[in-house]
Amino acid sequence: MSLAEGVLQLIEDAAREQDFAKVTTVWLEIGQLSGVEVEAMKFCFDAVTRDSVAAGAKLEIISLPGVGWCMACSKPVPMAEVFGECPQCGGYQLQVTGGTEMRVKELEVA
Amino acid sequence: MCTTCGCGAGEVRIDGDDPHHEHGHEHVHPDGTRHSHDHGHDGEHAHDHGHRYAPVHSHAAAHSHAPGVSQKRMVQIEQDILAKNNAYARQNRERLAGRGIFTLNLVSSPGSGKTTLLCKTIEMLKGKSSVAVIEGDQQTSQDAERIRATGAPAIQINTGKGCHLDAHMVGHAMQKLDLPEDSLLMVENVGNLVCPAAFDLGEAHKVVILSVTEGEDKPIKYPDMFRAATLMLLNKCDLLPYLSFKVDAAIEFARRVNPDIEVIQVSATTGQGMDQWLAWIARGAERAVAQKQAAVEAPAGRGAELEARPGVR
Repeated sequence: MSLAEGVLQLIEDAAREQDFAKVTTVWLEIGQLSGVEVEAMKFCFDAVTRDSVAAGAKLEIISLPGVGWCMACSKPVPMAEVFGECPQCGGYQLQVTGGTEMRVKELEVA
Repeated sequence: MCTTCGCGAGEVRIDGDDPHHEHGHEHVHPDGTRHSHDHGHDGEHAHDHGHRYAPVHSHAAAHSHAPGVSQKRMVQIEQDILAKNNAYARQNRERLAGRGIFTLNLVSSPGSGKTTLLCKTIEMLKGKSSVAVIEGDQQTSQDAERIRATGAPAIQINTGKGCHLDAHMVGHAMQKLDLPEDSLLMVENVGNLVCPAAFDLGEAHKVVILSVTEGEDKPIKYPDMFRAATLMLLNKCDLLPYLSFKVDAAIEFARRVNPDIEVIQVSATTGQGMDQWLAWIARGAERAVAQKQAAVEAPAGRGAELEARPGVR
């Protein structure tokens, strides 16, 4: 819910800066490892944007893959979970390097 | 919503007060816009904008400003959803670093014994270090009262429906607490293992408290929190003989999500492990003071040093 409010704040700031009164589509970049539940985000977004510039706006989610650095293999590997094991060596000595994004990418406004 | 800072926390109360009384509000135009620019009104009402936030820009071909004319266009935002909170956290961190204050953000599920552990810690630090506390709960100021009973100053933040503290609320609470130089600040977050993980408050470290009356698999059930924390305190260890809790498994799960996490086994009731925990705090406090002094001696290097501090993730 707080994250959906964060999205709305960014939109409202942009609305003031850029003089637009209506947002029709919002693109979010959400990393696979960010902990954001996409369905919950969509639900909360609809709830918090009611009576705002973004009321009724379409929410498009761009999903970004999880990537980690395996210390044992010394190379980047794909990660499905933050506590996942290395698909190469099976170890858990992984540092997450990508996939934790939560960004508002762009808006289509009228 | 607060128009000065854009925070949406209308129900937040800091020691019973609305945090926004002190703000001077910016001038808002009758049409709702807020930008400050000079109008040259010569018929066409055409002018350039002075954008307040650099990252926000439009790449529409024509930016017509005629009232009533709407035009579909794309606006690039490219901003982190947590950018606002992170900016407040950075401000808090700079203020704390400038005064040599070592700050910890204590996080856990409800009922892990955070407040009891904190009271015990304050008692044991009495006469050695000055400690101030910011308490976060949805309702009531009971925890702040428990802390004040130990003699330490405490500010209660009630988050209302909010499930975590954010850097903006903590910044206001810091203003209310008259924090002495080279002291300790403990922030007891709302009991919740999910949301507080994502919100940097400007602390030096997050300390996650896991009590042995909970499941040992909490670190992998709520990995974000254990990944964000530097230290895990395994609390209520005096109860281990009566429980089936596996300490080794809990530590192994925590290291699986965060290979660097430190672990101290404590009991606020019997005092077990408390010396180790106090020594950990003392080392951090010494570092904070040393960093402040280094910054005073070499003001140019200060920015770089702050930049080098780890963020939330």
